[in-house]
Amino acid sequence: MGKTLFDKIYDNHVVSSIPDGPDVFYIDVQYIHEVTSPQAFTGLRERGLKVARPKQICATADHNVPTENQHLPISNDLSRHQVSTLVKNCDEFGIELYGMEHPFQGIVHVVGPELGVSQPGMTMVCGDSHTSTHGAFGAIAFGVGTSEVEQVMASQCLLQQRSKTMRVTVDGEIGKGVTAKDIVLYVISKVTAAGGTGYFIEFAGSAFTDLTMEGRMTVCNMSIEMGARGGLIAPDQTTFDYVEGRDFAPKGAEWDKKLAEWKTLKSDDDAIFDKEYKFDAANIEPMITYGTNPGMGVGITEKVPSANDIGAKSIKEIESFDKALDYMDFNVGETMMGKKVDYVFVGSCTNARIEDFREVAQIVKGRQKADNVIAWLVPGSKQVEKQIQDEGLAEIIEAAGFKIRQPGCSACLAMNDDKVPSGAYCVSTSNRNFEGRQGPGARTMLASPMTAAATAIAGVIANPADLI
Amino acid sequence: MEKFNTIISPAVPLSTENVDTDQIIPARFLKATTRDGFGDNLFRDWRFDKDDNPITSFCLEDSNYSGAIMVAGKNFGCGSSREHAAWAIHDYGFKVVICSAFADIFNNNALNNGLLPVTVSPEFLTKLFSAIENDNNATFKVDLENQFVEITTTGEKESFEINGYRKECLINGYDNVDFLISQKDNIAEYEANRA
Repeated sequence: MGKTLFDKIYDNHVVSSIPDGPDVFYIDVQYIHEVTSPQAFTGLRERGLKVARPKQICATADHNVPTENQHLPISNDLSRHQVSTLVKNCDEFGIELYGMEHPFQGIVHVVGPELGVSQPGMTMVCGDSHTSTHGAFGAIAFGVGTSEVEQVMASQCLLQQRSKTMRVTVDGEIGKGVTAKDIVLYVISKVTAAGGTGYFIEFAGSAFTDLTMEGRMTVCNMSIEMGARGGLIAPDQTTFDYVEGRDFAPKGAEWDKKLAEWKTLKSDDDAIFDKEYKFDAANIEPMITYGTNPGMGVGITEKVPSANDIGAKSIKEIESFDKALDYMDFNVGETMMGKKVDYVFVGSCTNARIEDFREVAQIVKGRQKADNVIAWLVPGSKQVEKQIQDEGLAEIIEAAGFKIRQPGCSACLAMNDDKVPSGAYCVSTSNRNFEGRQGPGARTMLASPMTAAATAIAGVIANPADLI
Repeated sequence: MEKFNTIISPAVPLSTENVDTDQIIPARFLKATTRDGFGDNLFRDWRFDKDDNPITSFCLEDSNYSGAIMVAGKNFGCGSSREHAAWAIHDYGFKVVICSAFADIFNNNALNNGLLPVTVSPEFLTKLFSAIENDNNATFKVDLENQFVEITTTGEKESFEINGYRKECLINGYDNVDFLISQKDNIAEYEANRA
């Protein structure tokens, strides 16, 4: 029987197996940031240990950083302390840090790929669930807790149990205004927020292989929102072209050797997945969420469904559904389009790459932002910020009445100054619409950068297909 | 890590499904650089209103409920990988969370902190909720050694699965870092063979 791509990469990284226990699993790269690493460094210090392979760790500050006036000290004491603790820890343990003043600083899942650190066939972890992003390169990448961050720092390995495998295939023609974000929100609405639990997902089919690397990262980023450990897409010419020439990409003869290896990274034709889903891309329109988990999404021209419509059966399921609608203050049967919006956020590790800002520029060009909307446009990294300038996108976006902020996680998670007030509605390109995710009482509707831009122009939820 | 013994205790019911780690511990409380004190802010925005008054309709602030066991709705601990969620639940005083399906990362984080995640069938989960509803002082026995949960008032039992290695670690308070350090030579050999 053939092997899946996941199993091939997994097998390559098993150092040893504990009988009736997990595998000692080798990690090629660990990404770290200021929030989930301090207690791991403390653990090492208490044990008198060093970081085993400091050169295999890539560090940046992202969650706490302000997105304005980054040249000034961070005003919040705790945030400033957390960021300065990262600086001290990286210094003490010999880890290179792309900190606040560094031209490579940004959201960890934007920085790693754009520097060429993330490569096909690798294993990568980070104390951050959206580490799944790096699976876009045909790699095993997943989020871990702080105890596991410490394990990898101490040994470059993790105790890991093999996940089951799932394949999600989407083929067919992509509709107008439909982007990677819409495809993945559609898949999550079908598989549900818990449907991927215990699985590693391979995304296959033309809807994914036609995507750019930026689009593939958006898809894999959101695989955790189905409960999956991670997602991956087999590497192809698009992947190789993206990696080649980047700062940390292999060069010369090493490149040729790696490329030959990477070309073998695909699931065998006769590989069997534990679970399979197939969808037709023709059924996907721009998507938006109406509830408080990412599985609660509908096509933008649809209405808020009922618990029955989405197949909720048990009392607990129906109660949870009602609680979500109550939080959002939405009623069953209401139309999503035309709903009032207070904030629009374009950013986060899901959608803050250059392609996302190209899409925003395409929509807002020659138009004006609605007065009732506060819009936060936050590049994922200093390099993306520069590229927005270099490509002339900033000019277009600013002429439409928007302002581009400085890189960071921003309004994705209410950990820095960018918070949505209680009761306000925000169309957000981030990854989670949980209660209070963007601030206590904030109401989040997840969508693509194009939908966010169209909404910022209209002042109400709007379909980007109408503006293209 | 603290050793895990058999627990006999009443339980706190949190039947909401898909409880994410942003609810368990909101991001604004993740700015600490130590592991202590997260219990105070466990479920902060479900326990307290804007003016910091307790919301007594929420199970943790409802004086009818207490105990070292939390019984939770399906897909508990989804979302962010923050281990602070497991720290907060443990710091608050819980030793066990019982659910019909845990999010993967939360499950590992709990195990790494001496908090036992017990996965039971959806049918048995419903029985647990009913038992608490019928008598909020009803006690439950969680026996890790023999891998079962019992509703002590009715004697109904269900066994649960746990990886043998993880079970040994919990019972003896063993730590994964110590184990991995002991594998140093194997790891170096693996690296040499790949190069």
